[in-house]
Amino acid sequence: MDQPASPPTKMGVSVTSRATEGSAAAAPVKVSAQNVDVFYGEKHAIKGVSINIPERSVTAFIGPSGCGKSTFLRCINRMNDLIEGCRVTGRILLDDDDINDRSVDVVLLRARVGMVFQKPNPFPKSIYDNVAYGPKIHGLARTRAEMDAIVEQSLRKAALWDEVKDRLKEPGTGLSGGQQQRLCIARAIAVSPEVILMDEPCSALDPIATARIEELIDELRQNYTIIIVTHSMQQAARVSQQTAFFHLGNLVETGSTEFMFTNPHDQRTQDYITGRFG
Amino acid sequence: MNLLLIAILLALMAVGYRLGTRRSRRVSTERKERLHSLPQHYGTLVALWCGIPAFIVLVLWMATQSGYLESVALSELPAAVQTADEGTKLSAVTRVMAIADGTGVVGEVSAEEQAAADAVAQARLIRTLAAVALAAALAIGGFLFTLRRITPKLQARDQIEFVVKALLFVSSLIAILTTVGIVLSMLTEAIRFFSFVSPIDFFFGTEWRPTFSSTGAGGAGEYGLLPLLLGTLLVSVIAMLVAIPVGLMTAIYLANYASPRLRATAKPIIEILAGIPTIVYGFFALVTVGPALHGLGETLGIDISATSALTAGLVMGIMIIPFISSIADDIITQVPRSLRDGSLGLGATKSETIRKVILPAALPGIVGAFLLAVSRAIGETMIVVLAAGNSPVLQGNPLEAVSTVTVTIVNQLTGDTDFASPQSLVAFALGLTLFVMTLALNVVALYIVRKYREQYD
Repeated sequence: MDQPASPPTKMGVSVTSRATEGSAAAAPVKVSAQNVDVFYGEKHAIKGVSINIPERSVTAFIGPSGCGKSTFLRCINRMNDLIEGCRVTGRILLDDDDINDRSVDVVLLRARVGMVFQKPNPFPKSIYDNVAYGPKIHGLARTRAEMDAIVEQSLRKAALWDEVKDRLKEPGTGLSGGQQQRLCIARAIAVSPEVILMDEPCSALDPIATARIEELIDELRQNYTIIIVTHSMQQAARVSQQTAFFHLGNLVETGSTEFMFTNPHDQRTQDYITGRFG
Repeated sequence: MNLLLIAILLALMAVGYRLGTRRSRRVSTERKERLHSLPQHYGTLVALWCGIPAFIVLVLWMATQSGYLESVALSELPAAVQTADEGTKLSAVTRVMAIADGTGVVGEVSAEEQAAADAVAQARLIRTLAAVALAAALAIGGFLFTLRRITPKLQARDQIEFVVKALLFVSSLIAILTTVGIVLSMLTEAIRFFSFVSPIDFFFGTEWRPTFSSTGAGGAGEYGLLPLLLGTLLVSVIAMLVAIPVGLMTAIYLANYASPRLRATAKPIIEILAGIPTIVYGFFALVTVGPALHGLGETLGIDISATSALTAGLVMGIMIIPFISSIADDIITQVPRSLRDGSLGLGATKSETIRKVILPAALPGIVGAFLLAVSRAIGETMIVVLAAGNSPVLQGNPLEAVSTVTVTIVNQLTGDTDFASPQSLVAFALGLTLFVMTLALNVVALYIVRKYREQYD
């Protein structure tokens, strides 16, 4: 945070070291994928991806459309289970536990690994009920006062409290697009997840709302492990500490954001971040 | 004869199409100008101008022919007949028409009748020739006129668009006019009924004894609506108690749990239920369900009539299930996937997601489906005719026989009836009441459904 990643102006400098050997390697690993393959019916969407994602930091997945970055993201809280004909192989560890193990309850997994979607999707309920939805399901509050506290905290963490505190009973669908997305972030935070997955969270927002969400992501990384899929390389450069570049279902390269944007090891990464294809 | 005329007209239109298409091409080449529209448009225009005016003339002629001939017949008959009452006039005219057609009549044909019949036959010949001549003139005139009008500048495409628009307008007008006509006729007959029985006695009366008047000295009998209304409500409520839970749960299962293959098979099968004729349901209720319920009542020590509100309601509920399940299934599938994913992504289970997110989001539409089903239940006739027992007594026990508004309409209109008496006129008042009830329900349902639509577009 104190050392913002360099904008992609220094690119074209000669490749000197492996990007994976960046500074982020020191942090403990939160999520670890080992040889993950994903098939949609016959289609081989993800090919042998292995990656370690450090705790309490922001990891960005970048790559051209259809490269599998969203598909891989959805493996981490097993949202791909919902898709007919989708098959995932390989191991994904969350704190050393295999999330695809038979003993894992997918409902509890999704409480630990929250998700924010591309398009803001508040429920057609009041702002309060939107945030209280998760805690109610998981029985996180015993009294009304506890629930009120969770709702307030979550909205504060999502930097939305001041804007909505006087109209918590109004429908969440009545907020602006950026507010709706922050409401969805508050909703995800309310169940106290350890990891938050964000699937292009700003693609439906204007630049000002985007800036607010990016600021928020930067604050949230003090408490949460955040993985964000983004189409915007500038966004990846601004918010993330680690970047992973996907291409045609392969994880091409991963490393600290600074290294990835200045000294990419792989020619394809270099071409993508300099805008030669994508 | 009429078919032949139409066939000739169609053939002429086909020729017009060919000639129009060809002429437009030739005109374009001769003048070295680009056509405004495609050659087919010019051909169609010729065919339309050739066919439509002639067709309208033919239709008007056919529609007014019999009325006109009857008035001719009446005017030729002796003055004594013309001043007689409607019934006598009608039978005299019918006789004359039969003689003119050559179909033969009972008894001697009097000289006056023969004269009138001859006049009718002559009038028919003249009128037919006139109509055919006019139609032919219009067809050929339109044909030649339009053919000559074809120039590259003629905006044939736009004129065809106009004809299409007019055609669509007329089609929608037919439905609207029919509705208006039915309502008006019901209204006038109902008003006639209310000249015999006061609306207060009808709407608030608790006794239904219409047959008493036929013996009576001027008394019109008792025409209280309430026992019938209560019967209708009783049967409908029972039907909805069966159909709503079963239909809704079917819809939830199909929309959220069933595999695509199961869904593709199960949905059409359930919809077959809606295609079974209601008389078959009624039969099923009378022969199978009624006796079964009666037997069940005996084992439980409860007195259940074989034909009762319960029997009719139960079977009607089964009939309505596909109605509710099909509409509710469509509405549930319309709930955006993002809401479902959002809820599941927070760690909600499938049933939590359905109960707390999907159903509330789909609720307005589902309520609309319920209301449409209720109006269907209220208007349903055959099942109740057979299985409800036809006992128009004001009582609220669903285990006893009841009568409904629809059943009573059937009873009042079947058999030997005089359409000027309150006994049959009451059917129109009942029909109007039903119409207003279902109309109100449909309006509310459509309003709710529309409001729901606005939320997601």
